[in-house]
Amino acid sequence: MLKIENLSKTFNANTVNEKKAIQNLSITINDGDFITVIGGNGAGKSTLLNLISGTLPCDEGKITIDDIDITKQKEYKRAAFIGRVFQDPMTGTCADLSIEENLSLAKRRGKKRTLRLGLTPQEKKEYKTLLESLNLGLEHRLSSKVGLLSGGQRQALTLLMSTLVKPKLLLLDEHTAALDPKTATKVLELTTKIVEKDKLTTLMITHNMKDALKYGNRLIMMMDGKIILDISGDEKSKLTVNDLLKMFEQATGGEVVNDRMLLA
Amino acid sequence: MSSILTSAVSQGLLWAILAIGIHITYRILDISDLTSEGSFTLGAAVCATAIVNNIPPILAIFMALISGSLAGMITGLLHTKLQIPSLLAGILSMTGLYSINLRIMGKANIPLNMHSTLLTNIKELFNLGKDRDAAIFLGIIVCVIVIIFLVWFFNTEFGYAIVATGNNDKMIRANGINSDITKIAGLMLANALIALSGALVCQYNGYADVQQGIGAIVIGLASVIIGEVIFRNRNLITSLIGIVIGSIIYRLIVAIVINSNYVSANDMKLFTAIIVAVALYVANVDFKKKRRPKKC
Repeated sequence: MLKIENLSKTFNANTVNEKKAIQNLSITINDGDFITVIGGNGAGKSTLLNLISGTLPCDEGKITIDDIDITKQKEYKRAAFIGRVFQDPMTGTCADLSIEENLSLAKRRGKKRTLRLGLTPQEKKEYKTLLESLNLGLEHRLSSKVGLLSGGQRQALTLLMSTLVKPKLLLLDEHTAALDPKTATKVLELTTKIVEKDKLTTLMITHNMKDALKYGNRLIMMMDGKIILDISGDEKSKLTVNDLLKMFEQATGGEVVNDRMLLA
Repeated sequence: MSSILTSAVSQGLLWAILAIGIHITYRILDISDLTSEGSFTLGAAVCATAIVNNIPPILAIFMALISGSLAGMITGLLHTKLQIPSLLAGILSMTGLYSINLRIMGKANIPLNMHSTLLTNIKELFNLGKDRDAAIFLGIIVCVIVIIFLVWFFNTEFGYAIVATGNNDKMIRANGINSDITKIAGLMLANALIALSGALVCQYNGYADVQQGIGAIVIGLASVIIGEVIFRNRNLITSLIGIVIGSIIYRLIVAIVINSNYVSANDMKLFTAIIVAVALYVANVDFKKKRRPKKC
């Protein structure tokens, strides 16, 4: 269970460019929640994820995972229980390392790196079986460099890597935004498959309202660094894109919704 | 001609260790580390000072290794903990090391004269006629040991972590690795090897000089790039072997150029810089199709 209490983050404090990215935000995320996060540009969605993962230090507030206070923990330490996929397909993998080498790095997430072999023959077999089960066409390319893969394949691989060691929390920061629609759907399907199989607690940012409604059991809408809408269960499944748009317009005071949000 | 060849091979082998160290920072860690200029001299200074104080040559070389790794650690700490850009951190270390090297040596030049070195030991042991033959013998042994060690090391979990850090340090932190530690460790390893090379070269030259490291990084780079041109399709082993061959070829070029009488020994640094500039350009043009991490 992830608990965030009174979290705040201000960029460029005390300057003309001051930006209150997250304002006094609190939320409790239950085990097994699959939350989709929507909101306009600059609403603070990515900042929230970066504060949870430790990429950015917070100004105030407290973050606990299963009652462990991680507020002050370094990013690489939190990684022991947090899996992440980024928007940029280049970010989640090492281009100059092979698929199996990338997987082996992820396999040891949260463990000390020793002078033992970095990739054992047994692991190689394990990864092959794993990739075969996912039908990505990567099972015969285990020793190819990741730099040769397409964006979609790299995101799929990153997704696999972030869940290879079961994380307590999976953070997906618009992980399909840089992909073409067809590939995006494929990666999203893989995402649900993995999330459902391992019952992962997940936060997924998306710009696509349809996706936000289609996936997950809970939806939050953010604006100006606050959560302005938090619905789950039946209430969420009944929601339509039109309802969401109305709510969004109400919240923003009639601001024009950008095209990207409407795209199916 | 044969003396030019043996001279080039022997020097090439000893300087190859420097180039391998540069490869670790420049290619694997993706850092242009200028500490090299200081740590190369540091290795020579420590080794020569130890030898003239009658410390066994093997131990003296070991001390040089340790001193180099400490120099690398300083640069690593400046870069990661004080968040100084890597290039500047290296310059600071290099500048500081100049004074440290003078302190260690007590003067600008230490001749090894009649003191026994690893080279004289090998010469006696195997009844070799010339210093150069002993240097080739020693160079091959050291290069083989270093290459075997690195191939093993970079295939360990920790080695993977270092390679991945140079490639994508955001990814590495997301996978629970402290990228500060891997960067510092990489710099320590690279500079230990560079100091080792400095120690071997000082024994070959018969003296340690406080100016010995000037231009070391460019000479190392020249070898790395020549090696890359030889082996286009490379993995770690072929890269390392390529660097050794590159280092020997570089020495051959230098020997031939100097012997041609067109370029005086004084112009060698300029000549080397031009070679490297041209080679870097050619390499960039050639590899443009392949995805490469940006260099700063």
